[in-house]
Amino acid sequence: MTIEESKGAIDKGDITPSDLTNDLLQRISGVEEKLRAFVTVNSEEALIQVKMAEERLKKGGKQALQGIPIAVKDNICTEGFRTTCSSKILENFVPPYESTVTRKLKESGYILIGKTNLDEFAMGSSTENSAFGHTRNPWDISRVPGGSSGGSAAAVAADMCIAALGSDTGGSIRQPAAFCGVVGLKPTYGRVSRYGLVAFASSLDQIGPITKTVKDSAILLNIISGHDPYDSTSANLPVPDYTSVLGESIKGIKIGIPKEFFAKGLDSEVEDSVKKAVKELESLGALPVEISLPHTEYAVAVYYILATSEASSNLARYDGVKYGLRVEGKDLLDMYMKTREAGLGAEVKRRIILGTYALSSGYYDAFYKKAQQVRTLIKQDFDKAFEKVDAIVTPTTPTPAFKAGEKTNDPLQMYLADIFTISVNLAGVPGISIPCGFTSNNLPVGLQIIGKQFDEEMILKISYAYEQSTNWHKKKPPL
Amino acid sequence: MQYEAVIGLEIHAQLMTESKMFCGCSAKFGSEPNTQTCPVCIGMPGVLPVMNRKAIEYVIKTGLAVNCDIAPHSRFARKNYFYPDLPKGYQISQYELPICERGFVEIIVNSEKKKIGLTRIHLEEDAGKNIHEGAEDYSFVDLNRAGTPLMEIVSEPDIRTPQEAAEYVKKLRAIVRYLGVCDGNMEQGSLRCDANVSVRPTGQKEFGTRTEIKNMNSFKYIEKALEYEIKRQVKLLNDGGRIIQETRLWNTNKGITESMRSKEKAHDYRYFPDPDLVPVEVNDKWIEEIRSQLVELSDSIRQRFVSQYGLPVQDADLLTSERSIAEWFEEAVKLGGEPKTVSNWMMGEFMRLLNEEGKQIEESSLKPEHIVGLLMLIDKNVISGKIAKTVFEEMYKTGNAADVIVKEKGLVQVSDESEIEKAVDEVLANSPDEIERFKAGDAKLMGFFVGQIMKITKGKANPKVVNELLRKKLII
Repeated sequence: MTIEESKGAIDKGDITPSDLTNDLLQRISGVEEKLRAFVTVNSEEALIQVKMAEERLKKGGKQALQGIPIAVKDNICTEGFRTTCSSKILENFVPPYESTVTRKLKESGYILIGKTNLDEFAMGSSTENSAFGHTRNPWDISRVPGGSSGGSAAAVAADMCIAALGSDTGGSIRQPAAFCGVVGLKPTYGRVSRYGLVAFASSLDQIGPITKTVKDSAILLNIISGHDPYDSTSANLPVPDYTSVLGESIKGIKIGIPKEFFAKGLDSEVEDSVKKAVKELESLGALPVEISLPHTEYAVAVYYILATSEASSNLARYDGVKYGLRVEGKDLLDMYMKTREAGLGAEVKRRIILGTYALSSGYYDAFYKKAQQVRTLIKQDFDKAFEKVDAIVTPTTPTPAFKAGEKTNDPLQMYLADIFTISVNLAGVPGISIPCGFTSNNLPVGLQIIGKQFDEEMILKISYAYEQSTNWHKKKPPL
Repeated sequence: MQYEAVIGLEIHAQLMTESKMFCGCSAKFGSEPNTQTCPVCIGMPGVLPVMNRKAIEYVIKTGLAVNCDIAPHSRFARKNYFYPDLPKGYQISQYELPICERGFVEIIVNSEKKKIGLTRIHLEEDAGKNIHEGAEDYSFVDLNRAGTPLMEIVSEPDIRTPQEAAEYVKKLRAIVRYLGVCDGNMEQGSLRCDANVSVRPTGQKEFGTRTEIKNMNSFKYIEKALEYEIKRQVKLLNDGGRIIQETRLWNTNKGITESMRSKEKAHDYRYFPDPDLVPVEVNDKWIEEIRSQLVELSDSIRQRFVSQYGLPVQDADLLTSERSIAEWFEEAVKLGGEPKTVSNWMMGEFMRLLNEEGKQIEESSLKPEHIVGLLMLIDKNVISGKIAKTVFEEMYKTGNAADVIVKEKGLVQVSDESEIEKAVDEVLANSPDEIERFKAGDAKLMGFFVGQIMKITKGKANPKVVNELLRKKLII
């Protein structure tokens, strides 16, 4: 069920929030062993929360998510509820504060069904870098769900929750959404508060919804968007009602097709699906225009300098002194080293080392500073493109979901899984991935639609029009 | 060979904001460990810093007072290093774009004016404190101070002598105290000073190799430490040695600077712009708003005290050494006190009593209205100047008004001739020898007679009347 459907059913009295929560908890216990989508299932507390939601409903409370179970990626802090980032170093960390997004969900009456698995500290593209088990793809459990929000995407695809929140630094919402055949939206940088999102790369991180339909994404975006005095980088701009544009015609809307995204390395079945989707959009009245984003080829390199630089600093706080894991040592330095050796996984260490190097004196200009300059060029590519078009349409990923273990020993290949999503984060613009077909192996293919800064309405409108004229989103994984 | 020293100073001043730099915690000093902390200032996962505008205002205020350019855009940067008192593993500071640049202050050394350039003033957060007492094999961390705002003022290498250095620090301390942005307490560390020192043969343009001196927590130690360090460097060079660039600590007990032994290599702080904070935008409107609130600084008050109240320069100097002293003085004058008389009392009795107790003027229960009340009693001949000193001390101790003290203690001056005459007669009757000698020309004995009479009248006799009666009786 979607948010829209379950809300309707609850309002009509066809189902109680308790039944809904119980059904989902049962579903989780049925498939979790295969999928490992959750780090922590909120089996007990959720039932108490749902009773309280029902009380409020009885009193006539009308909240957007009253009694609707939603999963939250485990790098978003939930007050009094363990938040691990899928890292040993935070294995027992219980935040004494609520992230702004979950506070808003709470105020809308949601039920926290559980915290979903991710690549440790959101660093990865397959959810295989988790200290607490590898999440698998509901469409083929020998394959990865994508990452880093692989747990959220798998949980939504496998009906273990009604919807979920993820976070996206270089594609971590959109890529797993594409791999799992669901909708994933990365809002404009600054649209949604980052307060309480455990930082990976602060200038790129953004929280967004992972849902079964475009409308559900719009509903969640309505709730989580807006300025937050606790996040100076959140934009002080009014938030429109994102559901109100759904259903509007897309006639005459210009969609840019960047030629750089259809080069070698693109899987032919993915290419076919995306091209068919463009045709479909054209038939709905959209006008495809070929465009160029000339600096696309530098995006991955720029990203892996900037994101790792910020990460090397953001993760310095996990030092064994104040909270989290501590491994005693013979002196302070020894304690630091032993704690971080034991507490952080290989990919996290790799990125800390890369970032530390890129910021070191003597290398700063050649790496960090240069990367910042190229980031500006990439941003300008988008600015120029958006002078001509209203949105940009690309494949979300170069391939469908790959086999578990296939890329774990080849970080560079793993990094390339985000090649189409990374530049969107670097430019700070919004992007969405929606289902646009299946390969011959019955693996979902994602279509990415990119918008101007703070023009989530445009990409939601296009996505909704496409979704309404296709049936991909109705297909369920054979679990 | 003749050498000259080249000195640059870095002053860290804790800003007197209510709350910390990036969170709402109190910035108060001296509370129980870790009682003024929150998820932000203890660096919990996922929390974000939010700028304290007041701290930025204080830096701009200081910048304006020392003739700096105020940057329209400045930026916070992260200074990365590991230490238990640094909860995030980085300090939020400023690097490439500080709030203030290019200023100067004027100091006076040996009656000569000298301009000292300021390179920059920037804002950063303070670290917490590691505590090593109380346990043998581990240490404690107190994060109350973590995240409190700290202003760093960096001078140009314009200072040439230890005396100039001390004068410069005094000057800046007076300025930040006048502005009310820092309490300037060097012992408690709310004003800290580090020096970069090198020497070079007089006349040479290039700088020598410098050392950084830390831990000088008073004006006296700044002078002493720099004197020592300059001598050490000159001797080393004269002996054919080489200066090593290093950080040295002033050891107060030994009176020397000592190399800080550091196991690690030089830090690489990996500065980069903090992505959690947006650039600080300062527009002209804001600057003008702050400029309009700028209090009159000591230099201009000093000049005004001389021109407006006709005070000697020395008086004006002392009375403007602290904003609170200058304000006390002006308040007393406004209440009707004669300026020079008020100044005399302040510079004499009042400062003596304050110094004895080590108190600041604002901590004293003696207020401007007290002294004005006292001066009025003197003017009206209610009490004598001599008694006034006693009354002053009593006011200082008790905080009671002068007239109350005078009444309670029966200190009213006696001007009644017949009453005084009794005492005069008594003294003269008991001093036949002295009268002889006086008449023979020993004029100094006049003092003896007055003294004896005062003794009998317990100092209350009006000296004028006493003198007149004595003259009459001794037929001078």
